[in-house]
Amino acid sequence: MDGTRQSNNALTAREAGLVGCRHCTRVMPRGTPKCPRCGGTLESRDAHSLQRVWAWMIAGILFFIPANIYPMLITTTVGRASEQTIIGGVIELAHHGAYGVAGIVFVASILIPVGKFVAIGYLANVVRKPHGEKPKHLLHLFEFVEWIGRWSMIDVFVVAILVALVQFNIIATINPGIAAVCFALSVVFTMLSALSFDSRIIWDRIETLSDE
Amino acid sequence: MTPTEDMVCCPVCDALHEMGDVPDGQRARCIRCGTVIAVGRPEAILRIVVLAVTALILMTIVVFYPFLELRNGVFDSRASVFETVMSFSEGVMAPLSVAVAIFVIVLPVSRLGLLVWALGPLSIDRNALPGAARALRWAEVLKPWAMAEIFMVGVAVALIKLADLATLSMGPAFWSFTAIVVITALKDTQMSKHSIWTALDKATMR
Repeated sequence: MDGTRQSNNALTAREAGLVGCRHCTRVMPRGTPKCPRCGGTLESRDAHSLQRVWAWMIAGILFFIPANIYPMLITTTVGRASEQTIIGGVIELAHHGAYGVAGIVFVASILIPVGKFVAIGYLANVVRKPHGEKPKHLLHLFEFVEWIGRWSMIDVFVVAILVALVQFNIIATINPGIAAVCFALSVVFTMLSALSFDSRIIWDRIETLSDE
Repeated sequence: MTPTEDMVCCPVCDALHEMGDVPDGQRARCIRCGTVIAVGRPEAILRIVVLAVTALILMTIVVFYPFLELRNGVFDSRASVFETVMSFSEGVMAPLSVAVAIFVIVLPVSRLGLLVWALGPLSIDRNALPGAARALRWAEVLKPWAMAEIFMVGVAVALIKLADLATLSMGPAFWSFTAIVVITALKDTQMSKHSIWTALDKATMR
């Protein structure tokens, strides 16, 4: 209930020899392969969680590099083509005085992806061995990262909308650049990386039981 | 220890709870990590279904009507959501076009459809349809990948980028899409895993 004191030494399904379904919260005896209620796969702990976290994250970083080097948009105005990278688009918006929007694009396309790499890397590293971190803080960090990751897609959608709208043949056309694909893949891979993280392992190796 | 019907396991931190009915208007949180596990709101299911059906109806407007219109005196250009989605359809960009279609239209519509399939009969006191449990599980799994609201922010950014180039106006599809985003957000606040699954259990056993 609301306001109940929370403690770190609660009995877990694992300690009780049971396994809980992460999809529907049902509890079954340990070793049951599939949840009888919702059909989801039951695993006491996802043994390959951290491996998959790292694999997806490396893939995400690999695609993030070309996404920032190559053009996102190719604008052709009366026969002349000009190319724009992610950061170039932010600078142009700022030049137009649209600082708020420039800020949104900068945060979504640069800060969030880089922040995600750092945060997931930190989490995956800390839970490997016994740690003295407050699990509550680690969970908040993880939930924040998981929630905010999808918002990086903004720039990909902006490119799609511009390409669809600006097709005036000779006068002006906008075409997508290869960075749009790289960036979209980078976002998908980092989302998969965050989703692979099994939050239950945060509590498994707490060194000292703190009061919070 | 043998598991019972009343036992609930926190999906976030694995702590075990013994849980009976939650009083109306109360929320039950995990004793260890604070995640909301159950919400005592008997009318929630009906509300979820009504919101999902409304969003589905609005979605047909989104597909058939123009979304944004661009004018600069000489030229006129219109784009529906469908056209936006197909904008990458040439050459190497084709996979991206498919991805945008999936994130913006296919997944949001599938989630709504799955929810109506799973919870619709419950809201009018009927037995659950076959596959209801699977549909409900998938609606939850697909949640992070349905990105309609992110697309809306993308629209706002695109509008500002084009402000110098031409006059823009919003079509009927724009407003229904806005409504869908708001309705979906409202619907998601009504959902709590344990409460919904318990309701589905009762409807299946009846």
